[in-house]
Amino acid sequence: MSGIFLLTASFFASSVEMVEALTIILATGITRGWRSAFIGAAAGAAVLGVIILVLGATITTFVPLDALRVVIGGFLLIFGLQWLRKAILRYAGLKALHDEDRIYQAEVQELAKVSPSGAGLIDWVGFTVAFKGVLLEGLEVAFIVITFGSSASDDSVAGFSGIGLATVGAVLALIIVAIAGLVLHRPLAKVPENTMKCGVGLILTAFGTFWAGEGIGIDWVLEDVTILVLLGLYAVLSWAAVTALRRRTLVGATA
Amino acid sequence: MKYVRGFFAFWYDFIVGDAWEVAAGVVAALVFIGVLIHSNQDLAEVLGFVFVAAVVGIVGISLWRE
Repeated sequence: MSGIFLLTASFFASSVEMVEALTIILATGITRGWRSAFIGAAAGAAVLGVIILVLGATITTFVPLDALRVVIGGFLLIFGLQWLRKAILRYAGLKALHDEDRIYQAEVQELAKVSPSGAGLIDWVGFTVAFKGVLLEGLEVAFIVITFGSSASDDSVAGFSGIGLATVGAVLALIIVAIAGLVLHRPLAKVPENTMKCGVGLILTAFGTFWAGEGIGIDWVLEDVTILVLLGLYAVLSWAAVTALRRRTLVGATA
Repeated sequence: MKYVRGFFAFWYDFIVGDAWEVAAGVVAALVFIGVLIHSNQDLAEVLGFVFVAAVVGIVGISLWRE
């Protein structure tokens, strides 16, 4: 069961972050040239791959399972709650939604101000911006792939399991977002980023609660089914929180 | 020194983000409940409910502070 959730969470988390990275790559490509933007993006993706490979292998080989569950589960829980919290605040109107079109225009204006750097093949400003964009946006994905993948190492989907399965989800997202970017040639402003972030936040929070709890010795009464119950509970409570915060904002505005 | 500070600031921002109370609350709940379970194994089932309630409470307080 957790294999499907692992694939889903990794896919959607990666999609959200890659939509944001795509905005930066498009802005860089148009203002500084596509060669530098692509090389920078590829270099960023390669560094992310190495981070996942090295950290993932180190964690799963050398850290005992109980310690892994409490530490990784704890990180996953904190990370999931941060995503969920931001999504709730955005739904409630207390935090601005990501506007890829606006971010794209701002990035294009900023990059156009800087004069070309590096004679010949590579524009180093373009390379650096694309590299940093992919690396920083992808770091959260790498973190999710490593933590989620190393904890859910038992279940497999299509022959893949653990970090390998989470990586498949991330690569699928990369392919789809890259194709969409190539076809549309503009930022993907219509992607429901907040809904996807909320969904991933719910999955990470439910699994993080379960694994971190197991790590500190909790005996979950419903065993693995607990994860589904937690997912449902957190979803209902998130909806209630959005409703309560919206009402509070409305009352505050009319008072 | 500037790079060391930058390094820690990056990881703080990456993991803790703009809601330190969430990270602190989760760590405190894990330590507190973990100690309780290890002192009395009979509580291992009941404390599952307490842990979930703590997680919900932590986010609730953090959201209400906004």
